[in-house]
Amino acid sequence: MRPGFPCQDMWVVNMIEISQLTKKFDSFTAVDDLSFKVAEGEVLGFLGPNGAGKSTTMKVITGFLAPTQGSVTVDGHNIATDPIAVKSLIGYLPEGAPSYPDMTTLEFLDFIAEVRGFTGEEKQRRIQKVIDDVELGSVCHKTIDTLSKGFKRRVGLAQAIIHDPKVLILDEPTDGLDPNQKHHVRQLIRNLAKDKIVIISTHILEEVSAVCSRAIIIARGRILADGTPKELEARSAYYGAVSIRLTEDFDLRAALAADPDVREIEQADDSGRHFILLPVAGRHLFNKVSEKSQNGHWPVAEFHMVEGLLEDYFRHVTQDSALESAHMISTEQQG
Amino acid sequence: MNKMQIIFARELAGYFATPLAYVFIVIFLVMSGIFTFDMGAFYERGQADLMPFFNFHPWLYLFMIPAIAMSLWADERKTGTIELLMTLPVKLSDAVLGKFLAAWVLCGVALLLTFPIWITVNYLGDPDNGVIVAAYLGSWLMAGGFLSIGSCMSAMTRNSVIAFILTVAICFVFVACGTEIVLNAFAWAPQFLVDAIAALSFLTHFDSISKGVLDIRDILFFIVFIASWLFASAIVIEIKKAN
Repeated sequence: MRPGFPCQDMWVVNMIEISQLTKKFDSFTAVDDLSFKVAEGEVLGFLGPNGAGKSTTMKVITGFLAPTQGSVTVDGHNIATDPIAVKSLIGYLPEGAPSYPDMTTLEFLDFIAEVRGFTGEEKQRRIQKVIDDVELGSVCHKTIDTLSKGFKRRVGLAQAIIHDPKVLILDEPTDGLDPNQKHHVRQLIRNLAKDKIVIISTHILEEVSAVCSRAIIIARGRILADGTPKELEARSAYYGAVSIRLTEDFDLRAALAADPDVREIEQADDSGRHFILLPVAGRHLFNKVSEKSQNGHWPVAEFHMVEGLLEDYFRHVTQDSALESAHMISTEQQG
Repeated sequence: MNKMQIIFARELAGYFATPLAYVFIVIFLVMSGIFTFDMGAFYERGQADLMPFFNFHPWLYLFMIPAIAMSLWADERKTGTIELLMTLPVKLSDAVLGKFLAAWVLCGVALLLTFPIWITVNYLGDPDNGVIVAAYLGSWLMAGGFLSIGSCMSAMTRNSVIAFILTVAICFVFVACGTEIVLNAFAWAPQFLVDAIAALSFLTHFDSISKGVLDIRDILFFIVFIASWLFASAIVIEIKKAN
């Protein structure tokens, strides 16, 4: 193991370092001056609306596309000067999990294992292991173009992990899977994550909370937010909010009108008896409202805390960015 | 096995995993039979050689080879597997060469399977087998030339039909520029220009090899020709893979 360098209070080995990465297609800027580092053991979720630059960033890290500007270093190897070394370290599931349709699952994995440099018993052992891990036993001898979408995705996943890579990059790994398969793939990612870097892109936000230790939200090729899923949730307007359901009509607004900590009262449904109380940023309402409801004998049927919503925060930051871009386009047109 | 061999083996197995290889070989054999016996008047000539067989090869290849070459890279782009291949620890040159060689070996197999015609001519008469071996070699080299053009055209597009048409068109230029008709049309031009045009043609080089003249310059022509087009393929793939 290479020596790391101190980062805050612990020693962190930065496996992936992306600095000032820009990728342009003709006049379109897909990735715009992106910089971040990922350390060993992190599972990084890449979030963003469609066309945000997630896939392009992944394609640059894996060496499929050359960056217009900036550099990518994986475990000390620069992708521009030493692409083979970087590609050997990475396992990659491209978007849509492409694989050769005329090959059987076994032939395909055999091919990948050989390209990854395995031969003989070692090769057989690794193929067997991924077949077990991803549960492909039943489709070993079927050609890939006859497989269902879920199986194709798993074949793609199997080829990505066959060499036990230090860095695993998965572009929408659970897209098109049923809930059981999704759960299984997430479990697999969690198991794999221990001594690796995993970067997954997704637009399913619950997935980020479920498997990622860190999330980066990007839109229009730029980083809008970077933190643990919990931290990002905490920035949501719903963080610290409470949900309250009443048994009969009651003027909640009047009862809470004087409270400086309540920012807004939202109706949760059409019944007129279920409300979400949003706090002023940084405040928690649970204890306070609970006390008030007891003292005031409110007709409460149900009362609980609302978790911060990643989805809400995601919409908040990405829509702001969209507004900003709309503004920029209109000013450009004027000018 | 090195990376190039692994890709070569996968591609070659791929041809035989689908009906493609068999259809290609059968049609190739049928067509070369028709050309030789019917149009080439193999029996009527009354000569113990394979000239009628080999003379039609450039025209046979003009349609058969682009059919194999068209999917070399276009299909990788279409199915997205190019992203998989280019992110594996494989050099681009290994991928280009491996794919090309697999297709070239397929052509070689089809060519070798024409051996009954060689047996026939030996049964009927007493041909110069040295000339025949040279002609087989020349024919295979020429097939490589067609294929290398096809590799480059296939890299240009994700649509294999477009790749096919482009390959046929360019191959036609390289065949036709050695014919009497084209060269006569350049009668006004200085001799060196006519010679240069003729020297670019497959026909010129193939004719001399198939007559049993194994001139190193003819062999070099095909090797340099193949290498140049494969190099161009690699550049095209590098430029176009993102789109």
